[in-house]
Amino acid sequence: MSTLSERILGGPAGSYVDREVDRAFAHDGTGVLAMEAYRQMGNPKPARPETVSIIYDHISPANTSHTATLQKELREFSAAAGFTLTDVGGGICHQLMSEGRVLPGEVVVGADSHSCTTGAFGAFSTGVGATDMAAIWAEGSTWFRVPETIHIELTSRLPAWCEAKDIVLSVTGKIGMDGGTYRALEYTGDGASTLSMAGRLTLCNMAVECGAKTGLFYADKTTQKYLAQYGHTIKQQEVEDATYCRELSVDLSDMEPILSVPHRVDTVAPVTDYAGTLLDQVFVGTCTNGRYEDLERFARIVRGKQVACRTIVVPASRAIMQKAAETGILADIIAAGCMVGPPGCGPCLGMHMGVLGEGETALSTANRNFKNRMGVGAEYYLGSVATAAASALKGVITSPEGAL
Amino acid sequence: MTLSGPAVCIGKDIDTDLVIAGRYLRTKDTSVWAEHVFEDLDPTLAPRLKGAIIVAGNNMGCGSSREQAPVAIREAGAIAVIAPSFARIFFRNAINVGLPVIECDGVTCKDGSTVTISLEEGWVEADGMRHPIRPLSDRMQEILAAGGLVPYWRNR
Repeated sequence: MSTLSERILGGPAGSYVDREVDRAFAHDGTGVLAMEAYRQMGNPKPARPETVSIIYDHISPANTSHTATLQKELREFSAAAGFTLTDVGGGICHQLMSEGRVLPGEVVVGADSHSCTTGAFGAFSTGVGATDMAAIWAEGSTWFRVPETIHIELTSRLPAWCEAKDIVLSVTGKIGMDGGTYRALEYTGDGASTLSMAGRLTLCNMAVECGAKTGLFYADKTTQKYLAQYGHTIKQQEVEDATYCRELSVDLSDMEPILSVPHRVDTVAPVTDYAGTLLDQVFVGTCTNGRYEDLERFARIVRGKQVACRTIVVPASRAIMQKAAETGILADIIAAGCMVGPPGCGPCLGMHMGVLGEGETALSTANRNFKNRMGVGAEYYLGSVATAAASALKGVITSPEGAL
Repeated sequence: MTLSGPAVCIGKDIDTDLVIAGRYLRTKDTSVWAEHVFEDLDPTLAPRLKGAIIVAGNNMGCGSSREQAPVAIREAGAIAVIAPSFARIFFRNAINVGLPVIECDGVTCKDGSTVTISLEEGWVEADGMRHPIRPLSDRMQEILAAGGLVPYWRNR
């Protein structure tokens, strides 16, 4: 009788365990620091280099000679260590890990806070810093404190104009920015089984926004079917009676389009409360909402129309971009007047390709609206893909109700 | 180990973007982070951190996993950070880079007044009051005592 985290980590909530790490990854930002720590450790032989991925996504491609030089150094280090490197243009680390590299029951550690994303597969997937990552490269294992779990039961089914993003913004508002600290979030219920893998990844991606160590879904038929595309045969995971530190129930049929308003992720409100707010930019993408299903939904709303403000769309991976090109939705998005960026994090963390100016206002499908993050002196709202699409067409914050 | 220094008070839910902004991350030069630490929160903070003890509110260090955040605080000269709760990655990172992080409830912060921490005896003294510290795990204490995860690893 245990939570999924307890089962995977092999200990009761509150205990400390040492666990072998099944998959470890870092990106071009944290990878450089991890490389430095690794060298300071004396460049030991990596324990299991075949389990390590380095994925270039944060500044991809490099914006300055200085960044390019750091990336060159990490590229050479990674090759010498025998790690698997995905270079610029491959996509966001969390998306690539979700494209067949993470399986249910695994322990997955990434040097990025949104590494909780692949908990959607029923893995224990969490973020660490660079020095922890270096130690994992050397030892192939790390320590964990087994988290208590907040159980979130999803019931019923979402209205057509709502999506997983609205659920997670609503849940983050309920739990608060630190309500999940040191804990895991476990999603179950008949509503959970109605969600696609893309939707589950969106929910787990934002677990860290309420401080949680990870978010988890139990592997079911949807997980099986999704991973079968990548050649994996997996077993479903059964929910057991377990002790939870908190229980929440969310009726999906009651959901409405939600925004997170500047500058706290847990400050949420119905989109209609902010309808008419003038927008300088709309950004669709990131590890939260840059998947094919997101782009397809966006294209359905903007197809044959013109956006009324600067709109940047960034697919989360090359595979997504390629599929969008093949099915024609990329052409629809471009024809609607959007700018399409190369797969990666885009402007989410305020590094390049769509950073906001002072006094500008934006709507983004990303996961964080911290002050100054996406541009010094700018304000940005977080919302769903449908809200972003409906708002892009009007140039003001607009509820997607009726647009789908 | 007993630590003592003037308090620097900051608020709750201080995210790592506020500790060190993304625009300063792409370097290995730690002095850049020290110079710009807390710049978007309060540009006057950085020069006041030498020898200081930061007293924060709940959820200190939330957000990104960037290890530059605790490194920036350490390099700016702060000797410890006290908060009722920390975001878990920041907490782990701080220990790993040798920055003492102290979980402690009820500390009243007055800018500039002396705060004393006894790690052995497990208390924080501020404003004439003693508050118990939530103890670190044995391993975290060992890592911190070694000066961080790299020296801990090398010593083993």
